[in-house]
Amino acid sequence: MIAFLLRRLVYTLPIMLGVALVCFALVHLAPGDPLVSILPPDASGEMQAQLRTLYGFDRSYPEQFASWVWRAVQGDLGTSIASGRAVTDEVLKAVGNTLRLAVFATLIGFVFGCLFGFVAGYFQNSWVDKAASLTAVLGVSVPHYWLGMVMVIVFAVILGWLPPGGAGPGGSGDWLWNWEHMQHLVLPAVTMSVIPMGIIARTVRALVADILAQEFIVGLRAKGLTDLGIFMHVLKNAAPTALAVMGLQLGYLLGGSILIETVFSWPGAGFLLNSAIFQRDLPLLQGTILVLAMFFVVLNLLVDVIQGALDPRIAR
Amino acid sequence: MNMLNVTVDAAKVPALQVERSPGYWQTVGRRLLRDPSALVAGAMILFLMILAVFGPWLAPADPYASSMLNRLKPIGTEGYPLGSDELGRDMLSRLIVGARLSLFMGITPVIFAFAIGASIGIVAGYAGGALNTVIMRTIDVFYAFPSVLLAIALSGALGAGITNSLISLTVVFIPPIARVAESVTTQIRSRDFVEAARASGADAFTIVRVHVLGNVLGPIFVYATSLIAVSMILASGLSFLGLGVKPPEPEWGLMLNTLRTAIYVQPWIAALPGVMIFFTSIAFNLLSDGLRSAMEIKQ
Amino acid sequence: MTPLLEVQGLVKHFPLKKDMMGRGGGVVRAVDGVSFEVQRGETLGVVGESGCGKSTTARLLMHLIAPDRGDIIFDARAVGGRELGLKNYRRQVQMVFQDSYASLNPRLTIEDSIAFAPQVHGIGRAEAVSRARDLLARVGLAPQRFAERYPHELSGGQRQRINIARALALQPRIIILDEAVSALDKSVEAQVLNLLLDLKDEYGLTYIFISHDLNVVRYISDRVMVMYLGQVVEIGHSETLFEDPRHPYTRALLSSIPSMDPDHRTEKPALAGDPPNPINPPSGCRFHTRCERAEAVCSQRMPTLAGGAAGHPVACLMYEPGSGHSAAEKAAA
Repeated sequence: MIAFLLRRLVYTLPIMLGVALVCFALVHLAPGDPLVSILPPDASGEMQAQLRTLYGFDRSYPEQFASWVWRAVQGDLGTSIASGRAVTDEVLKAVGNTLRLAVFATLIGFVFGCLFGFVAGYFQNSWVDKAASLTAVLGVSVPHYWLGMVMVIVFAVILGWLPPGGAGPGGSGDWLWNWEHMQHLVLPAVTMSVIPMGIIARTVRALVADILAQEFIVGLRAKGLTDLGIFMHVLKNAAPTALAVMGLQLGYLLGGSILIETVFSWPGAGFLLNSAIFQRDLPLLQGTILVLAMFFVVLNLLVDVIQGALDPRIAR
Repeated sequence: MNMLNVTVDAAKVPALQVERSPGYWQTVGRRLLRDPSALVAGAMILFLMILAVFGPWLAPADPYASSMLNRLKPIGTEGYPLGSDELGRDMLSRLIVGARLSLFMGITPVIFAFAIGASIGIVAGYAGGALNTVIMRTIDVFYAFPSVLLAIALSGALGAGITNSLISLTVVFIPPIARVAESVTTQIRSRDFVEAARASGADAFTIVRVHVLGNVLGPIFVYATSLIAVSMILASGLSFLGLGVKPPEPEWGLMLNTLRTAIYVQPWIAALPGVMIFFTSIAFNLLSDGLRSAMEIKQ
Repeated sequence: MTPLLEVQGLVKHFPLKKDMMGRGGGVVRAVDGVSFEVQRGETLGVVGESGCGKSTTARLLMHLIAPDRGDIIFDARAVGGRELGLKNYRRQVQMVFQDSYASLNPRLTIEDSIAFAPQVHGIGRAEAVSRARDLLARVGLAPQRFAERYPHELSGGQRQRINIARALALQPRIIILDEAVSALDKSVEAQVLNLLLDLKDEYGLTYIFISHDLNVVRYISDRVMVMYLGQVVEIGHSETLFEDPRHPYTRALLSSIPSMDPDHRTEKPALAGDPPNPINPPSGCRFHTRCERAEAVCSQRMPTLAGGAAGHPVACLMYEPGSGHSAAEKAAA
């Protein structure tokens, strides 16, 4: 088992390096002077050169990459040009907010997705199946940022039940698990949950239909197993894949949260990414993309490992 | 009746008598036509295409004509059947004309990604060995990014604008298509009929052209169609963030962006462009589902 | 007479990948030193259990996989050498596979499948299609009914006939039939076998017929080669081999054919145990672990095909003079 883990880790390391390289390259693709946002227009050549050296922009690309990676591994992602604060701190705080949102959204999506999927798969081709499948298609097709807007319109503007955005009275700085704060979580989490719900519903439906069609189910029934017993069997067989999909969806939500966070002004990593882009804050941009991508890679790794542990056919 | 006489001189039999059976794509087409949800999807897409092609002539008003006096008029106002936007432009006209750009931004990247990704994947899949490993590992690095993140990061780096958005979306869709292409090609390559083709002395290029392409392009194509809906949403999403199409072009995602502040004044108008995106996305998802079912023919 | 095909010391090992847990590794010795000849116009049957290397040998002969060591000499010229390029060789040696459906491209019409190979070798499309139709008629399928159909519309027997027609399209000298009739119903199998015999006479072909069905092999072969765990253990004329098998493995194999005679029931199974693993073959003679005549020397020395009479080589220490096996001493004495 440990060998399996190590093997997967070794395979992932070059990917991580590649990801870091792509991050770095992406950001340096940007035309324009990275320092333009903080340099006063009449800055002397000397001051420009000083700042450049401070941020390391005067060295060659390979050098910059190497030193960035080296420091990143130690936890230092540089300093944000716009805010002057350490990138690592800003990113981690923002990612924490996004995680809160994404985990909730994934759980909601998973629960309802499984519900719809199971029901659809069990009652295949009946009107229940068609209704559930239709809901799943709608879930997958909806532009989630638009749905967010609609939710804000309905629940905040028209009905006034929930706040339209933000992360709580004190900003996200002091989060507490009380209703004052949680009410800000409801709309964005529900909106975010729709896409994973749709995908999980479709996957589970296909899985359940597949499993039920297999011959061993007929054999079990012939042995006299009750419907509940059969249900547990289906559950056991479907669980590894369903969980894997859930894990992957969590990863996507983490990386793709920017659109919803923009709609709801939720101070997460996506929101941070947005401001980093528009302020052309290179260190912050680099750091944010790196952290988000790494989360995704690590999550994929975890999903692989857990699947390997749960499904005896894979670890073989 | 004629089966006993096996020494019939076949070359002299006129071709007209030969029994023909429907080809693969004809069978797929027939199955599609019998699938109700695929037909609905087809109608929806036809409608969208008409809007895209004939938009400027169908629109009742000039989509660029702004009027500060008539800002944010509600739905049903005279002269503004679906209301007006934050600059006083007619919503109906902008929605209609916006179809062209929105559909273009959504579909074009998938077409390019299909061409490039399928080529890469087929080459990797057929070649196997070291070449395959190198290509697929590189693809894996890009695949390691969640697509939204990659699209936004690329767009952020390249800057706003139509061309840049097209580039970044194409790059985002190449890895998944390449993976599917490689997987399917590897499967086909190990089938006996490919071995038989190799055994007849054909070179790799001919084998790929005659035997592999016909068998792999179908599944890859179906997968690509399933990406169109995602691409539409992502392309509009980029414009929504200000990274895609620039004003004053009518594009549904961009319209959502500029109308955001209007949700307190005219909420339903602000939501209208999203309805079009939703509609388009449903249509393409239904179509690709229908295609997938139609192609699972007895093999 | 120079043999049409001569195979010397073919070796092919497949390295095994370690699985995710780090287990596995090692090497499958699929073909481990195979040598034989095929004479013009004969049918050489190849028999053996699953995993003995028959199919791998076939693919090595077709050069679909490259041998690790060994030579293939066709008509006195080395294959892949200066005198005989691969493409030229492949025109003269063709193969019919076991799975009739997987051997045909589902997207091509029948006549396109057959006409493909001739076109590869420079024959124009019109002529290639005409040749395809001729061949269809020759294998018993009316061209006007079958030429423009697709594989999934036909039965297994019909598809195998098409595969045979396809093999004939290049007018080869040798056709390798790798379990070509094994997947067919018995009545269809008989028809296809008779077709193969007719074609052989008409076109002057040479066959290498691989099968695990001993009755069929006996019916169709002139000489038979028996393989075990990647090596050849016995070669001989069909009738001689079936009447008087020499190698203990051949004996066991043949006695496992169920008899129709109620007075001669098979009491105990001839071969004990499972076929051993080609990854870790036994030392010395590979059959010694299941052989009832095995002695100590059998686990130490590897027998070669030098044993046995000329024309009927046997790879067994019992037939090798001076090998140290008790039976060899008695024979020499």
